Amino acid sequence: MAERTFPRLSARATGKRLGLPPGGSLLHAALVYGLLLVMTAFILLPLGWMLTAALKPDTAPVFTFPPEWFPTEYFHWQTFVETLTATDDPYLQYAFNTSILVFVNMVGAVLSNSLIAYPFARLRFRGRNLLFSLLIATLLLPGPVLLIPQFLLFFNLGWYGTYLPLTVPAFAGSAFFVFLLRQYMRTIPKELDEAARIDGAGHWTIYWRIILPLTAPALTVVAVFTFLGTWNDFFGPLLYLDDPEEFTMALALATKRSRVGTEWNLLMAANLLSIIPPLVVYFLAQKKLIGGIASVGIRG
Amino acid sequence: MSRLPGSGASTAPRPAYLSRLIGRRPAGSSQGEERAAFLFLVPWLAGLIFFLAVPLGYAVWISMTDEQLLRSGRFIGLDNYVEIFTRDPSFLHSLRITLQWVVLTTPLFMAAGLGLSLLLNQKLPGMNVFRTILYIPAVLSGVAVAILWVVLLNGDAGAVNQLLASLGWTNPPNWFEDADWAMAAVAIMGMWGVGGGAVIFLAGLQNIPPHLYEAASIDGAGPLAKFRHITLPMLSPTLFFLFINALIDSLVIIGPLIVIVGRSGSGGPEDSLLFYMLYLYRVGFVEGQLGYGAALAWILTVIGCILVYLTFKAEKRFVYYETE
Repeated sequence: MAERTFPRLSARATGKRLGLPPGGSLLHAALVYGLLLVMTAFILLPLGWMLTAALKPDTAPVFTFPPEWFPTEYFHWQTFVETLTATDDPYLQYAFNTSILVFVNMVGAVLSNSLIAYPFARLRFRGRNLLFSLLIATLLLPGPVLLIPQFLLFFNLGWYGTYLPLTVPAFAGSAFFVFLLRQYMRTIPKELDEAARIDGAGHWTIYWRIILPLTAPALTVVAVFTFLGTWNDFFGPLLYLDDPEEFTMALALATKRSRVGTEWNLLMAANLLSIIPPLVVYFLAQKKLIGGIASVGIRG
Repeated sequence: MSRLPGSGASTAPRPAYLSRLIGRRPAGSSQGEERAAFLFLVPWLAGLIFFLAVPLGYAVWISMTDEQLLRSGRFIGLDNYVEIFTRDPSFLHSLRITLQWVVLTTPLFMAAGLGLSLLLNQKLPGMNVFRTILYIPAVLSGVAVAILWVVLLNGDAGAVNQLLASLGWTNPPNWFEDADWAMAAVAIMGMWGVGGGAVIFLAGLQNIPPHLYEAASIDGAGPLAKFRHITLPMLSPTLFFLFINALIDSLVIIGPLIVIVGRSGSGGPEDSLLFYMLYLYRVGFVEGQLGYGAALAWILTVIGCILVYLTFKAEKRFVYYETE
């Protein structure tokens, strides 16, 4: 009885209260947390070092012994202002350029992939299985082979030095996204289409008014992936852009890195600024993004 | 042979092989539905032709020419291939480096991702926070990550070497500047992004029905036996999917390398970072020998296809599908 009214705060009871599983598992929990903390440090310390370096004035040494993983001494936010207003490297311009590409690619990807996924998921037509197999086969198609002929094709079309090679392909859909959307569209009850058809709706109306709104969660995944893919793309801009005025953030940074002298704080500040948009999008869309990645992995 | 009205516009007989391939119109569907379906598919079909089929055919042709930037090539047959295989030491060198990279890092990244996902799969509070943090590198650009690690792994004064020095390693390696350590430096950079694969593994782990583990516990199975006889087989489809991905990704690694060695596509110290795609990029786009580059691309594709084929072969032996 006494034990009941005054439960001893045993390791086991503490574990239970914290939501830990019972059964000599504190050691186990400590081990798991220990390893995860080591890994977390491995991920976060480099980012912390980058921030520390960016927050230093030009006069302070960036490389110190021992290394500083978190800003403690210097909070020279002016570095970021300097980076953004530097005239030889107009980062605001680069960010604007990249944003345009991101926007056009997102519109293109959401529109084209949902258009293509709709018949595969909802319509019956001859050759559907054959075409779908073809679509899946293109998933495995190796990128390197297409690199040079596509470059020549775009070059001969006069698209070199423009944004066209970096945007137009998005409007032709991508196998991965079509697959993702088709899987999602197949889960929408067929009765909805039939009811709409009885009311006289055509295929376009059904797609636009019924399927598209109901596919919004999967479309968000497509939009987020497209955002990250376009913002982070480096090889495409490297091949097709020539004029520094047109550079994207990634291309400008890669170019700057090969010219940098000792302004490590400025380079780190620019690098940090370049990862803020993907980070913000990641934290906003985290649940959907990880859910989307996971579902693809399991079905694969 | 009775036809429903409006069920087919064309009365011309289709060749037998085409009929077998395409089949009859599905029961209950209308001509309008078929036409609508193909209209919806127009963007994809157009892309398939212009961005895929045409370049693919073109790639075969230019790999047999001496095409260069701003100068049309003439047909030279298989000369490019003959030269690659008989007189191009850089080809063999870059192939060796790339295969070395694939063999060393693919299992490493897979094992690290799997290990991490096993940790994240523990029923303990706070796992979502760890998952969120560990996935961060996967959303960052390869350029930003490469720049960060080039600075961190700076041989003279980089944070990593300062840390190693403070731990007592007085003569730490020069990483990207040292032929013996450059690939290890790229691998460390790759390890930083290992959380990306862990999240997919985690989803696979969480898909394993718990009753399997419960049944095994009743039978007296320990943690190792459970891992060996339940986790691994149940996870094998995910492992297979990630393995194919990791294989292809490591074969065609290029972006971060260009950041490390610069736009000229030099191969790093003693060409120790001259991966295949970097060599292809240098030949094709820096030196402008597009025909030769296209031939290099085809060879890599064939190698990739062989590796993927072998993996699919192995799949039958190692991968367990529940539905079978």
